[in-house]
Amino acid sequence: MSREEILNNIRRGVKRNTADDTARQTVLNRLSAKADNLIPARAQLPQQEQIALFIEMANEAAAEIIELDSISEVPSASAKWLRDRGIFELVTSSTAKVDALDWSPLAEKDIQRSQRVAQAGDFASLTDSFAGIAETGTLMLHSSPQSPTTLNFLPDNHLVILSRSAIVGVYEEAWKKIRAQFGATLPRTVNMITGPSRSADIEQRLQMGAHGPKTLVIFLIND
Amino acid sequence: MQINTPFFKQRASEALHDENLQKALGNLKAGFPEKRAIAVSRMPEFEDLRDQARDLKNHIIEHLDLYLEQFESKVTENGGHVHWARTSDDANKIILDICKQVNAKTVTKGKSMVSEETGLNDYLEKNGIQPVETDLGEYILQLREDHPSHIIAPAIHLNLEDVSEAFHKNHNRPKSDDPAVLMQEAREVLREKFVAADVGITGANFCVAETGSTIIITNEGNGDLTQTLPKTHIVITSIEKVVPTLEDMTLFQRLLARSATGQEFTVYNTLSSGPRREGDQDGPENFHVVLVDNGRSEMVGSEFQDMLRCIRCSACMNHCPVYGAVGGHSYGWVYPGPMGSVLTPKMIGIEKGGMLPNASTFCGKCESVCPVRIPLPKLMRHWRQDEFSKHLQPKAARYGLAGWAFLAKRPALYKTYTRMANWFMKHWAGKKGRIEKMPLAGGWTDWRDMPAPQGKTFMQAWKEQQKNGGSH
Ligand code: SF4
Repeated sequence: MSREEILNNIRRGVKRNTADDTARQTVLNRLSAKADNLIPARAQLPQQEQIALFIEMANEAAAEIIELDSISEVPSASAKWLRDRGIFELVTSSTAKVDALDWSPLAEKDIQRSQRVAQAGDFASLTDSFAGIAETGTLMLHSSPQSPTTLNFLPDNHLVILSRSAIVGVYEEAWKKIRAQFGATLPRTVNMITGPSRSADIEQRLQMGAHGPKTLVIFLIND
Repeated sequence: MQINTPFFKQRASEALHDENLQKALGNLKAGFPEKRAIAVSRMPEFEDLRDQARDLKNHIIEHLDLYLEQFESKVTENGGHVHWARTSDDANKIILDICKQVNAKTVTKGKSMVSEETGLNDYLEKNGIQPVETDLGEYILQLREDHPSHIIAPAIHLNLEDVSEAFHKNHNRPKSDDPAVLMQEAREVLREKFVAADVGITGANFCVAETGSTIIITNEGNGDLTQTLPKTHIVITSIEKVVPTLEDMTLFQRLLARSATGQEFTVYNTLSSGPRREGDQDGPENFHVVLVDNGRSEMVGSEFQDMLRCIRCSACMNHCPVYGAVGGHSYGWVYPGPMGSVLTPKMIGIEKGGMLPNASTFCGKCESVCPVRIPLPKLMRHWRQDEFSKHLQPKAARYGLAGWAFLAKRPALYKTYTRMANWFMKHWAGKKGRIEKMPLAGGWTDWRDMPAPQGKTFMQAWKEQQKNGGSH
């Protein structure tokens, strides 16, 4: 059996047999401690400065940031953004936060909203996010029945809601937040997204919009 | 993939004559090293992160069996399946079986060097399943029936014209030489493939034991579409990719993008933890992880153990003068550059891969940029010794070294010989002081002139210095 051969080879290599309890204990300790490794100083800042850093880094990664005073402005801001680009459809997730909004500004501009998984050919999607990570301007999203993963990847444009209060400094804080909500079992997928899709596979020249969204818009909510 | 490694010398020499390749390699040299240097300068803790990453990898390797068992039980708990593959053949068979079980006709693929290692594409095709590469670079290569020449920039050996030609031939569209138009074309063509595929195959950069997750780190988003749209997601990866916790994964995440492309962070870092959950509207219904060994478990406890730390960032090849001059295809198999020179002989055998550890100037640049501090020059030297002791080196090299050893053990003779040789080379070079041709040194002098030794031999200089009181 491959499995036993591989494991036995490794044990032979490290000169240890299966029954070695000290090694097992070392491993269990590390797994349960979930200790931080070195965390760079860059994002260990007061929250206001973390938000400023998030904006700076997300901009650097070519995300577009639109600051809004309240989440209730998301439908009209979306309507404007889509209309300016001649887009008349929006697929949204159906999380409680998104569903609670008054979406009539879309209809007023003849933009149709649907709630479903994404399909090839969709122009734009809108989803909520779980966290923003200041250190590199990274969004964290996760799958759920209300927020299908295809919405994050298939449409040409991805609009994302992020509350200022959901911004943390470093990745480690985001993992702690995920564990606090989901315990030992992660959602099926966790997406860390830093800017829109890109490729430099042709002559090392960077082109935006490879297979994922060509633009990433972050509605940053002042809450 | 066919093994062309024994022909390294010939292929390298052809590569140096290939104008198009030389132009393409220029893009590499101008790009990655400079971007890495900037990213590193923006992260003052970078050297400390490298130390920690080295130590953590060493800890993982010392406990690799235990972390793999933990990973397996967590994947199973999440509703996925783990398969163990001792060899490339085993891995390919496992994947074919899964494809057959779900009646797969087409398969989309995200970028995976392990699948190159096992020759998965050829194997699936021979068995009636059409794999479609979806990473832009890999897709271009598939159209051209070509192979990657770099582990993260697979089509780095091609120029715009090559891509434009390949797309024109295959896409039935007007020819374009605008990279943006070409990328849009690939985007449109591949969208249909993503949606139609029965199985999606991706690699994994890391496997997290704590949560039973695999992670892919990409800029294009093709890997995400590959693993989200089809009913079945197969991850093909290798046993050394396991890390204990999310925090531990993060240590490597901070190093990987900066060392590879010089980005602060790669666009998509995506964790997959099993098949779709109750109520989920998308995502795969089946989740499989194939853990490939292919010689790795035998490296544990051997003089090559340090190589298992490799996180496949490509910094060593991006900074290697030999890689930069001859390109990845000269190495003749899947892994090029310094990391390839160490891994390839292990994977295809020293008899076929033994030439590679000699493809080095031992300048040490690779080790100086490796995020997990692998002593690559030292490991290449191990292979050279191995190769020499197995009498596998070509005659000229063997006799050269044997002759040198003979002389080195006889100081008087050595002195006379080097003084004579010195005199001889100086006169051979003539007034320019450059030797353009010398018997048995074609591999060197075809590409650069060898500076003729000037003045005294080391021994003469040493003696004089000693006489003058040993000061400098
Ligand atoms: S050997 Fe080091 S530098 Fe080279 S690919 Fe591996 S991790 Fe990167």
